Amino acid sequence: MSMPAPHVPENREPVALHDRAMADLRYIRRTMERAGAFTAVPGAGGVVMGIVALAASAIAAGQSSPDRWIAVWVSAAVVSVGVAVFAIARKARQAGLSVRSGPARKFVLSFLPPVLAGAVLTAALYPLGAERLLPGLWLLLYGSGVVTAGTFSVRIVPVMGVCFMILGAAALVSPGQWGDAYMAIGFGGLHVLFGLFIARRHGG
Amino acid sequence: MANTGAARDESAVPAGAPPTRTGASPVQLNRVIHERVRLGIVSALAVNDALSFNELKDLLGTSDGNLSVHARRLEEAGYIECTKSFAGRVPRTEYRITPAGRRALNAYLDHMQALIERVREE
Repeated sequence: MSMPAPHVPENREPVALHDRAMADLRYIRRTMERAGAFTAVPGAGGVVMGIVALAASAIAAGQSSPDRWIAVWVSAAVVSVGVAVFAIARKARQAGLSVRSGPARKFVLSFLPPVLAGAVLTAALYPLGAERLLPGLWLLLYGSGVVTAGTFSVRIVPVMGVCFMILGAAALVSPGQWGDAYMAIGFGGLHVLFGLFIARRHGG
Repeated sequence: MANTGAARDESAVPAGAPPTRTGASPVQLNRVIHERVRLGIVSALAVNDALSFNELKDLLGTSDGNLSVHARRLEEAGYIECTKSFAGRVPRTEYRITPAGRRALNAYLDHMQALIERVREE
């Protein structure tokens, strides 16, 4: 042989390199996925938020005026935000993660816009006497936030968001007096159910 | 056409050498990020603004010593940046990928892809 073949140098080595290249690509992808995921979504915190919502829907259903009804739900929302912040910070600390890391920031930034839209719509619709739309609207927009933020977390999180959205859509086309029941199923039931699952499968 | 059969990836790119973007051949395999832990560090930082020493350690499942040695090697190559600060009294080391590091990772990915495609064509 006078000329070395440029394309097929030897038989064994390209295959070995090829295997190594495949393994490398898989490793890079896996590392990026794990490093990019925000895993500090707290299951236990979700359960507590669910219990708060169940209590709130029982109290809200017994209120005589819309003003008192909405006051109950706004208070429950404030308590839940407190629970969520505390639980996320606790889970992140236990895992040795920073709550200011890239994934955490992306999670919060993609969660906030739909939720803020919900707050603005509530302020706009409530004075018009459209409070019967609010449970559906809250469930739908909270669900949107969970879906978009859940892109940066484990798969189960966006699944929970989709459940909220379906429930919200159903609530919007249901009779207004079912509102508190939908709220109990959504913010109560879904939070407890998925919270228990996340706590068992994803630690805490 | 260049003969790529002679020298294999043993012809290491010296530490600190700029990343090569020219085509894909085993000769130019980037040894700085070829190593597993270093490849992991660069990949993790590519999808995060910054990661702390402990976050990287947990993520890659490696020891303190191992991580710091490999991180220093990447720092010397100019692929990552390191900032040291204090959170209260606890020292905190944060790493970020540099534009050169991102280029090196992309070149490495191109390289791996080309290797795979070459075998598929045969």
